[in-house]
Amino acid sequence: MILRKVLPALILLGLVCLPLWGDRFYIQFASKILVMIIFVSSLNLLVGFTGLVSLGHAAFFGFSGYVLAILSPLDSPMNFFVAFLASILSVGVLGAIFGALVLRTKGIFFIMSTLALGEMLFYFLHDTNLAGGSDGMYINVRPNLSLFDWWHLDLANVIHFYYLTLILLFLVLIVIRRIIASPFGRVLTGIRVNEHRTKAIGYNTYKFKLVCFVIASMIAAVGGFLAAVQYGVVNPEMVGWHVSGHALMMVILGGKGTVLGPVLGTTTLMLVEEGFQMLTKHWQLLTGVVIVLVALFLPKGLVGLKIFKKAP
Amino acid sequence: MDAVTIFIQAMNGIQYGLLLFLVASGLTLIFGIMGVINIAHGSFYMIGAYLAWSFMGWIGNFWLGLFVGVVVAFVLGLVLEFLFIRFLYDKDHLQQVLVTYGLILIFSELRSVIWGDDVHSVAIPALLDGSIQLTENLAYPVYRIWLSSVCIVIAILMFLGIQHTRLGMMIRAGESDREMTKALGINIGLVYRFIFALGVSLAAFSGMISAPISSVFPGMGGQVLIVSFVVVVIGGLGSIKGAMVAALLVGLIDTFGKVTTLHIFGVNIFPEMAGMSIFALMALILMFRPQGIFGREH
Repeated sequence: MILRKVLPALILLGLVCLPLWGDRFYIQFASKILVMIIFVSSLNLLVGFTGLVSLGHAAFFGFSGYVLAILSPLDSPMNFFVAFLASILSVGVLGAIFGALVLRTKGIFFIMSTLALGEMLFYFLHDTNLAGGSDGMYINVRPNLSLFDWWHLDLANVIHFYYLTLILLFLVLIVIRRIIASPFGRVLTGIRVNEHRTKAIGYNTYKFKLVCFVIASMIAAVGGFLAAVQYGVVNPEMVGWHVSGHALMMVILGGKGTVLGPVLGTTTLMLVEEGFQMLTKHWQLLTGVVIVLVALFLPKGLVGLKIFKKAP
Repeated sequence: MDAVTIFIQAMNGIQYGLLLFLVASGLTLIFGIMGVINIAHGSFYMIGAYLAWSFMGWIGNFWLGLFVGVVVAFVLGLVLEFLFIRFLYDKDHLQQVLVTYGLILIFSELRSVIWGDDVHSVAIPALLDGSIQLTENLAYPVYRIWLSSVCIVIAILMFLGIQHTRLGMMIRAGESDREMTKALGINIGLVYRFIFALGVSLAAFSGMISAPISSVFPGMGGQVLIVSFVVVVIGGLGSIKGAMVAALLVGLIDTFGKVTTLHIFGVNIFPEMAGMSIFALMALILMFRPQGIFGREH
């Protein structure tokens, strides 16, 4: 089918050219969607590919932003690469600790304990004064991204930020694709389909799940880092479970267990919500209705629709 | 702290724990029997508190308001089961989480439409508006004692109801084998609908009776949901006994965490980090007994 080959190329071209004619507001909104796709894709690695339904994934998203905020000096920029690595590595450590605990449980217990641990981080950031308390922290000066003075990106510039996000998103999607196609990814699929059998073949499924959990948390950290750079502020709500719930919704709406799913689901839900916000102050009501309807009637997501099926 | 203060705080902790038990038992009942994870459970607690606030305002009588509120919550439970929950019995947890998450958003916005976003307070009924003098300047409110007693009575009724009545028998039969129970001529769909409505009423009732001692505010549902999850994880899913022990434990730890002052190496552990203490307890349980104190292997 010619459409299947031409369409992705057209979309890619559109994404690259978007800043040329787009209004400042739309470029920012597009960056917001791209950042969210990174986060939702990382959750999809857990939910869709490995079958681990986490309701606490926002902990890693938000914590990454907090690391940047804490590292950033008040009146001078932080080195981008140092801050980026520090955020992702510290979230990796947090992911290993959380993962080691919650992966001892299964099914519904896993859902509950991820939610509870995520909220623990929320209360920690909210109630203590270590990181700005309930008000959160500001990142006054965006990190400095330059290579030996000859190449420089201004992250406060919406177009520069947009391209950085676009590049990182593509890298993330490629990494996820490679993980899924690797022998490691096949074991993850085995765990999703039948964990007992995978164990019986001789795989230590706990270790595989833990590594997957840490990778997913680090990819979420990429998203959280970018979100913090974009808004210039972090607050406890960023780690809250509503963020996790929404991301879960985007995974399902797009179609869990596919690389394309989070891209479709995130874009669709964010556009729809933007439309709802124009309609009414109580737009969350409409979002709620959409979530219930999708969960009941479209469990395979948009990817499961006929137009996205491969021609026989 | 002197002995009387410790006694008062222990009473408060037990009272909070018993209230948590009411909420968590509904959650654990709905999961244990119907296999549905209902994250909208906290919303019913919030709805209960708001119902109490408006009914007691309109009717002007605490007891009548309580009664009407519970009836409304029960009917709401029946309707919700009929509209949404009954489609979830054979679905995976992910779909259950999403449908009930959607319900949270809907309820939270409906609350905003109907009642607004203000914080309200409900007056303690005149009959219970007193306190018992313990020492010269320390007293314990009668309302809290009444609240604890009500929770204990409900817990006993629930236990007796499940173990010793015909309905309880049907519930237990449905829990162990849905198809077989159906084959015996029991309308299991109806039993499930009743259980769900019962769970909703329990959560709403807890919200109502807690309204006079804690204010009525928009985020109260989410807060109680998270703590209930902690209770259920610690106690073991589907176990009423576990829910009771864990709820009391959580109630006491949380209460004492908030009134204790503790510094280790210059870092304030309590009361600053009291909000985290129950999560730390949960992490400990997960490390050594992942199925919960009274949970079966899962």
